[in-house]
Amino acid sequence: MSTPTKPVKTTGRPVRALAILAVLVIGLLATALIQGATSVRLGLDLRGGTSVTLQPRASNASNKITSEAIDQAVSIIRQRVNSLGVAESEVTAQGSGTNRQIVISVPGDSGRRVVDLVGQTAELRFRQVLAESSALTAGDTATAATPATGVSADVNAKFAALNCANPTSRQGTGADAPTDTIVACSRSGASKYILGPAEVLGRQVSKATAGIDQQGASAWYVLLTFNGEGTKAFGNITARVTTLTSPQNQVAIVLDGLVVSAPVIREAIPSGNAQITGSFTQTEAQDLANVLKYGALPLAFDRGEVQQVSPTLGSDQLHAGLLAGALGLGLVLIFSLLYYRALGLVTVGSLAIAGTILYLLFLVLGKSIGFTLTLAGIAGAIVSIGITADSFIVFFERIRDEAREGRSLRSAVESGWARARHTIIVADMVSILAAVLLYFFAVGGVRGFAFTLGLTTLIDLLIVFIFTKPIVTVIAKLNFFASGHPLSGFSEKSIGRKQATTPLEA
Amino acid sequence: MAKISGLGGRLYSGETSFNIVENRKRWYSVSALFLLAAIAALVIQGLHLGIEFKGGASYTVNQPTATVAQARTAVQGLGIPGEIIVQKIGTSKVRVQTGAVTPDQSKAIETALTSAFGVTAESIDTQLVGPSWGKEITRKALYGLFAFLLAVMLFLAMAFEPKMAIAAIVAVVHDVLITVGIYALVGFDVTPATVIGFLTILGYSLYDTVVVFDKVRENTKSVAANSKMTYSQAANLAVNQTLVRSANTSLIALLPVASILFVGAGLLGAGTLKDLSLALFIGLAVGTYSSVFIAPPFLAQLREKEPAMQALAKRVAARGGAPVAVESKAVRPSTGSGPRNQPKRKGRK
Repeated sequence: MSTPTKPVKTTGRPVRALAILAVLVIGLLATALIQGATSVRLGLDLRGGTSVTLQPRASNASNKITSEAIDQAVSIIRQRVNSLGVAESEVTAQGSGTNRQIVISVPGDSGRRVVDLVGQTAELRFRQVLAESSALTAGDTATAATPATGVSADVNAKFAALNCANPTSRQGTGADAPTDTIVACSRSGASKYILGPAEVLGRQVSKATAGIDQQGASAWYVLLTFNGEGTKAFGNITARVTTLTSPQNQVAIVLDGLVVSAPVIREAIPSGNAQITGSFTQTEAQDLANVLKYGALPLAFDRGEVQQVSPTLGSDQLHAGLLAGALGLGLVLIFSLLYYRALGLVTVGSLAIAGTILYLLFLVLGKSIGFTLTLAGIAGAIVSIGITADSFIVFFERIRDEAREGRSLRSAVESGWARARHTIIVADMVSILAAVLLYFFAVGGVRGFAFTLGLTTLIDLLIVFIFTKPIVTVIAKLNFFASGHPLSGFSEKSIGRKQATTPLEA
Repeated sequence: MAKISGLGGRLYSGETSFNIVENRKRWYSVSALFLLAAIAALVIQGLHLGIEFKGGASYTVNQPTATVAQARTAVQGLGIPGEIIVQKIGTSKVRVQTGAVTPDQSKAIETALTSAFGVTAESIDTQLVGPSWGKEITRKALYGLFAFLLAVMLFLAMAFEPKMAIAAIVAVVHDVLITVGIYALVGFDVTPATVIGFLTILGYSLYDTVVVFDKVRENTKSVAANSKMTYSQAANLAVNQTLVRSANTSLIALLPVASILFVGAGLLGAGTLKDLSLALFIGLAVGTYSSVFIAPPFLAQLREKEPAMQALAKRVAARGGAPVAVESKAVRPSTGSGPRNQPKRKGRK
């Protein structure tokens, strides 16, 4: 309650704290400028795009889910996605060890291609055709009655039962073992085959390009070039089947367990080149060439989740998020000013600085660790306005408590702070604990929420220590507050203290 | 506002006091009623899980003239297995939800919708969830929940005292159960965003409880030495002293959540914002109640069982007769203002 002095001179500590804050903000700003980060990286749900979550699955006993296999799958999928040439596509593995999901995010509207492209295991095999039938329904007696030579009754029965009209039969599984005689549908479902063991494998392909047949009606094909081993194997199989009768003079090109095409081999092909034709469109041919070029995935994948957000919905969600944030912030500020009067201005300032730091961190983290702001992240930030403001309330109410004990404002601020500090640290620690655990246990959107929640709670701690407290220390010396002006938030009336110096009991 | 502040002062001095800890049976009964209803709703009706948990597909067409009947006709003939739910979302969108579909079926649905409404495939918002995916995220959410409860219990036991940790966790479990029960009862959709909401409630509810318990700890530190108040009375004073604070922090926390709910439900109609904020809104309300009416009385009950606290209760009773009378007289000198007890407070730090 002393006469107001120039606060800057008398106390060094609040000034030091504020100076640290200034250095911090300027540092962040400079980092953002140096990095050239001018806007926050938005998640796909805010700007439109496709995200696919793939769940690894062991398709047969020989390919177990290992950490290496997942890493390898990530890098192959990354190459495939990059081959589409969409900027800012992302392929990441989330989770830990073998219990990981692969998350692919592609902005814009090329998502449909991505979905088709990435999930293919792309297990390419060349197999001799042993029997072919264009009868699709199961229980076809004609085909069952003419079993191919050297095919077991078991396979013949499977062949008869295979119904290619059923969509589930036409899903590429990649579950076919290379050494088995198998039954398979064609990609279109128009015919079904009995196929011999694989004689040429996808890894024996050294190059794959898409080309267009100039003479025909612009039919797209994929041109394969085999490596030495592949050239020899392909030469062998083609030489052997040319002399056989139809349908056994065909070699089926099998991708993920489905027959892409089964050309009749008219002469041996020792050159080490092969063409896959199959009424492809340009996109299909190019995608298939890319898939073959980058190799087969070591694992099969289930599509855990596919989410496609149109740019319209994206911008709607962004606007809604920002509007909700502005509204929430506005309400909190109005409440603070009404209830705490001039002291509420400290809340306004603190939230403004917290917001500035958060925005700068979004910029910097977007550049440095690829942080993207999602809708759940915005929600986390809005929710944290409440948590941040809670810290101020705890502090302010403590000061009032101390003032009720009959202290001067200046000493009430110091002793109130000593007590409020403990409460704020413990409460914020609980929030941070929640955020960290959510982050590590959850997938997808939940992680975005947890990240912003944790980040904002840390900022809250920082702001309370190096802004709110120092500022309150400084203003407590101002006569306006110290004398309990009706608008200061420390008036006798608003504290509820009857006579400041008289003990209640006396 | 000033009136509330004045109330804060009276509550602080003990001039105005609500017997919150004393009347614990009343609050327990209220909570027991809610918990029973919640469990009954969960068992009988169960939660209305979104497609993220049970697998399925969702297609949202943004076309102001689109009607539910049109969408239903378009999709019906495709032979999609399972129940097809068609809903109007907001004013300009129609959403079609189906069971788990194959990629081919999904394409067929999209084609049907694009031709029915004259929109491009890119403008349809699609979500496909595999049937096993839901189990995966449910498992992860549960792991997260248990890890969180355990970590918080250990942390609070260290920061405060073990019995406070138990009481805080009891309050949190109470909040989540009741919130989930309300979801089962009303039949709101449970989506991953809802689960985020549930998990955040844990943090919020604990924040409030921590504020109250911090004051309880302060008031009860030397309660045994003073012999002026029983543990329950000291805890009750703490609850009263932090009542205004609890009300304020809850209100302030509720304001942003309410605005997300308002914008999310009003402008977008459905989605992350609405699901998240609805869970938070309900949970916050329940959490505020429990941090005042459940956690402190439960803590007091735990502590009163200790021999030292029982002995204290006897001493207090011997000194002042009826506990209620003691409260109004004895409370004031110990925490009321006065230079007399200032050195003592400093010594306690």
